[in-house]
Amino acid sequence: MKKRIIGFLLVALITGSVLSGCSNSASNTSNSASNTSKPAEKADFVIGAVFDITGNSSSLGIPERDSVQMLVDDTNAKGGINGHRIKLVMLDNKSTESESALAIKRLIEQDKVLAIIGASSSGPSMAMVPIAQEQKVPLVSAAASIKIIEPAADRKWVFKTAQNDALVASRVVKYLKSKNFNNVAFMLVNSTFGESGLAEFKKVADQEKINIVSTQKFEASDTNMTAQLTKIKDSKPDAIIVWATPPSASNVAKGFKQLGLTIPQIQSHGIGNKTFIDQAGDSSNGVVFPIGKLLVAEGLPESDSQKSVLTQYAKDYEAKYGPRSTFGGHGYDAMNMVIAALKKAGDNPSRELVRDQLEQLKDFKGISGVFNMSASDHNGLKEDALVMVKIVDNKWTYLKD
Amino acid sequence: MSGLMQYILTGLSQGGLYALVGLGFVLIYNVTGIINFVQGEFVMLGAMLAIAYQHLGLPLPLVILFTVLTVALIGGGLEIVSIRPAKNATPLTLIIITIGLSMVLRGVALVVWGTDPVVMQPFSNAGPVKILGGSLMPQEFYILGATVLVVCLLYVFLDHTVMGKAFRACVINKLGASLMGIDPRRMSTLAFALGAGIGAIGGVVFAPTLASYDMGVALGVKGFIAAVLGGLTSVPGVILSGFIVGIGESFGTAFVSSGYKDGITLLVLLLVLLFRPQGLFGIYGSKRV
Repeated sequence: MKKRIIGFLLVALITGSVLSGCSNSASNTSNSASNTSKPAEKADFVIGAVFDITGNSSSLGIPERDSVQMLVDDTNAKGGINGHRIKLVMLDNKSTESESALAIKRLIEQDKVLAIIGASSSGPSMAMVPIAQEQKVPLVSAAASIKIIEPAADRKWVFKTAQNDALVASRVVKYLKSKNFNNVAFMLVNSTFGESGLAEFKKVADQEKINIVSTQKFEASDTNMTAQLTKIKDSKPDAIIVWATPPSASNVAKGFKQLGLTIPQIQSHGIGNKTFIDQAGDSSNGVVFPIGKLLVAEGLPESDSQKSVLTQYAKDYEAKYGPRSTFGGHGYDAMNMVIAALKKAGDNPSRELVRDQLEQLKDFKGISGVFNMSASDHNGLKEDALVMVKIVDNKWTYLKD
Repeated sequence: MSGLMQYILTGLSQGGLYALVGLGFVLIYNVTGIINFVQGEFVMLGAMLAIAYQHLGLPLPLVILFTVLTVALIGGGLEIVSIRPAKNATPLTLIIITIGLSMVLRGVALVVWGTDPVVMQPFSNAGPVKILGGSLMPQEFYILGATVLVVCLLYVFLDHTVMGKAFRACVINKLGASLMGIDPRRMSTLAFALGAGIGAIGGVVFAPTLASYDMGVALGVKGFIAAVLGGLTSVPGVILSGFIVGIGESFGTAFVSSGYKDGITLLVLLLVLLFRPQGLFGIYGSKRV
């Protein structure tokens, strides 16, 4: 009998600690204002953040969480925005659409936030768009899909920092043209990210007379892509384009090595973090992909207007959290834009005012590029925000094409 | 033709893993009558612990040994603290307990290891091996090798050791076995430890492909399908079914779409259960190991 009781207690203890652990990770509220002895004179600015901190897109969400936290702590340490401290409410959407929708509702109704940043990937961001529009709350997404900010007429309240798929697609096509690759195979992850990438690529490829000879899909959770790659091999393309994020993108690279394919492998901006190289190991060598300048910041010419911003962010981030990630940059830009907008919005900002200031941001030197927002373009980046990078000896190297 | 061979090879290597997971289901079901839904988490623990031990700088054989022992201890321990006290409950209650346990283990793994998927150093750095126009990574041979090894060891244990014979006696007739002085409770613990150890081996050989705190769910379901397809009680049945599920998936991916491959597997399972409820290799109303 005694044994039984001990047993039950053990299980209860484990369950209890796990449950409390879960609730901690689900809602991470940071309010550094309450830690200081001197009360802030001016009211806090409450800003919400929703990122894919756990689940399939966690390799995007975690650096975003860290970068945003770093920026908020830094801003508060320097006295906040015109004397107002930032109160950040960060929620985890578990990389799902449904949790994203719940999170944004909570931020609007319960936390009464001025603006929201997130989510990390396109699907969860799209789930937040209609709610932001309906409730008239400025939303700055860190995801790629152009559908997040288009059609512009229905996206008055939505902005985004990641380079548009269209921008990335045309950068890839430019590279293909320079190498004279006219027949390509396209592999994509079965998600909003993959579908949107394919759609944009098709548009540009059609104009430039590049044929897609084979299209193969895989699931984000798949671990073995050799079946799809074998089919592609039979179609004999000049190059393979892969539109996915790790871990599935890493598994494509591994399958590549397994089958001994020698076709040039061009991946998307979805692999712009160290996770890809860590997971794919030596299989990552030779992969070419388009990405913002952050990864090769030190290799940029001095004349580049972003260089000082990039190297500073990279230095700060790497001192605290480890290797830099493009996605961290997207999150950082989103938060930084909201801060810039709030700086100009005075002591009593409304959601409307923050939105208007966001739309008027000009020559904003961010991590993902130089932003010039307008009513018709809520991303504000040009093709020059992207460079081609090649992985050599497990390192990113700037590729001149 | 080269494509066909590749689909078969890919299917075999995936199937080997499913067979290992399914084997754990079968062992535990035979002795205790419980469908143990912690099985997938044992695989996850195997993969994550192997990576943790490797980070400590242990050589590969020790990594494998320690991982399997640790997970087997966890498996046996869980049986003692959660299944044994509830021994008079109905099988359904016990199954629900195992579902709860799987959530606990997943939660613990989330807290301990975080959410990032990780990979282990491959066992060997050799390049891919060509077979009849298809190719396999050396790691996939380890998966297949582990499956064969586990089946051989299991055979030796069950047929040629006293404990193994006691184990089988419990499967055939619990009451009779306990009259002969075999403690069915000990055998139940042993079954959990064995099942956990086998799952851990699957986890270790799969770790160089991908490991994450939530990998157990999908693998558990695939292993369960293999077990049911094989008739839940038959060891050769579950091994063959594992390979069938793996190859079916690989062809489903190649000729239909990877999005439907789980659907195809489940459809096959439904059809088999409709027309042969005892499974492909099960003998109706009988139990054997």
